[in-house]
Amino acid sequence: MAAAKPKPIARLFAGHAGPVAVLGLALVALWYAGAVWLNADLQIDAFARAGTDWNFTDLVAGTWAQERPLLPAPHQVLAELWRTTVETGIASKRSLVFHGWVTLSSTLLGFAAGALLGILLAVGIVHVRVLEKSLMPWIIASQTIPILAVAPMVIVVLGAIGLKGLVPKSVISTYLCFFPVAIGMVKGLRAPDLLQLDLMRTYSASARQTFFYLRWPTSLPFLFAGLKVAISISLVGAIIAELPTGAQAGLGARLLAGSYYGQTIQIWSALVAAALMAALLVALMGAIERQVARLMGARS
Amino acid sequence: MSGLRHALLFLGIAGLGAIAMLDAHTGGEAGAGYALSLLALSLLGWRGLALLANARLGDARRQRLADLAVPVLFGLWIVFLWQAVTVGFGVPQVLLPPPSMILARILGSADILLADFRQTFLQAVLAGYVLGCGSGFIVALIADRVPFLQRGLLPLGNLASALPIVGVAPIMVMWFGFDWPSKAAVVVIMTFFPMLVNTVAGLAAAGRQERELLGTYAASWGQSLLALRLPAAMPFIFNALKINSTLALIGAIVAEFFGTPIVGMGFRISTEVGRMNLDMVWAEIVLAAVAGSLFYGLVALAERRVTFWHPSLRQR
Repeated sequence: MAAAKPKPIARLFAGHAGPVAVLGLALVALWYAGAVWLNADLQIDAFARAGTDWNFTDLVAGTWAQERPLLPAPHQVLAELWRTTVETGIASKRSLVFHGWVTLSSTLLGFAAGALLGILLAVGIVHVRVLEKSLMPWIIASQTIPILAVAPMVIVVLGAIGLKGLVPKSVISTYLCFFPVAIGMVKGLRAPDLLQLDLMRTYSASARQTFFYLRWPTSLPFLFAGLKVAISISLVGAIIAELPTGAQAGLGARLLAGSYYGQTIQIWSALVAAALMAALLVALMGAIERQVARLMGARS
Repeated sequence: MSGLRHALLFLGIAGLGAIAMLDAHTGGEAGAGYALSLLALSLLGWRGLALLANARLGDARRQRLADLAVPVLFGLWIVFLWQAVTVGFGVPQVLLPPPSMILARILGSADILLADFRQTFLQAVLAGYVLGCGSGFIVALIADRVPFLQRGLLPLGNLASALPIVGVAPIMVMWFGFDWPSKAAVVVIMTFFPMLVNTVAGLAAAGRQERELLGTYAASWGQSLLALRLPAAMPFIFNALKINSTLALIGAIVAEFFGTPIVGMGFRISTEVGRMNLDMVWAEIVLAAVAGSLFYGLVALAERRVTFWHPSLRQR
């Protein structure tokens, strides 16, 4: 008997899509249950104060519709997202699009600067021996320092010399970004093996030619791996940079304001927006990577 | 050999010059001459470092010493430049305090620093680190037994490690209160996913032949786990432990920006920045850097002990 083809559903569950969907649904269910669990005390208090009789259905409905719940239900977060993105004008201070754009712009600026710095450092390290020996250990050591913790000081110090707004926030993103790019690029620029380097030598290629024809193309997969890590921590850096010194705008400022005034729905919607933005940015990087790979003649 | 002698000569001159410059009293209004001397000394030092970096010493132990000396001297040079520039040109203390002042502050406020260290590191970071790494490891083991879970969890875990997880800090503060448990909770969430993803990848790393060999021995899941797959997963697990050692410190400090009792490293940084006591902030940064590096170093040391067989450690 020939082996039967697996049924479509079975095939779905053999891959990633089925299990991810099931786990995702389970998470949402857990979230709703958690909302009931965590908000029940508050809701029972509210019923007692209002003097109304209540049964279990009322309790569940109540916990999913509080104004300042301990844990807002998913649909509340989605409603808040919809209200602050679509129904509010983009220029308004209450619009999440406005705040998201503030964060995104400093993320992208910091990312661009950090990626450039990382690539330059890597090129220097690969070509200049003393740079490799003196700088490389410190680049690695720099990452054991919790740079995010220094963010408030960087903002204040740069503010004291007259730099305000976008630039100080980007500086923090830059600092976070350069590391994965530099490390990946050093690895990538060293990736050509001895045979290929010797071949370049038999062509009497200059260091510049070797760099552009051999090292740079070989390093691109490593570069993109670094860039994907870099862009997500660049976003984290931009959000953290908005926390101190009472930043006026940005997703981080929304988080902080929400936590000051106990506006949990606002916190969660800012968080979801940040998560969506991170996922989109990483996906965008992946798309660019595939496009570049195709232009360079890779076969998928 | 003469390369080494020249290197030492250059470095010696640069070092003596540096000591002389630290002694110079410019009253905070150094002129072009001061800047030019700094530049000249830096060039001397750079040449010395270059010679030292390229020196080929016959003896393996002396070579290692030289290799260690290059980054250490480079670091010392940065500290010297920092001191000379901030004092010599009278950089306002609000902008960048000189290292000598930071050191004085560390020695002067040792008790405050110690209390902050205990609150943030010994309680929040360590508790969160152990819980987060432990639960990530256990969930990875469960996922290994249930392939369905593994296929579902891995993409979610990869996604989660790209998300700005520190953002949950205000929520955790709301749930677990102002004291250290809320910070530990943030650390748990931050360290969970790297551990999960790395352990799952590590458990898949054992070679097929070795696995089939254990299969011919009729080894049970537990036996093959202990004898083969966990040891093979160790490099991945230690990778996660190392990533998490930095993440944990960041998570705990950032979570303190959202509200704490009046002690803790993140609390101190955010309040002293507001009062423009930058030397205290730098003292906390030094403390965090030293604690973070030591933590990382300890994990790396344990890694050397446990995964001594791995090629990346064997070849040197």
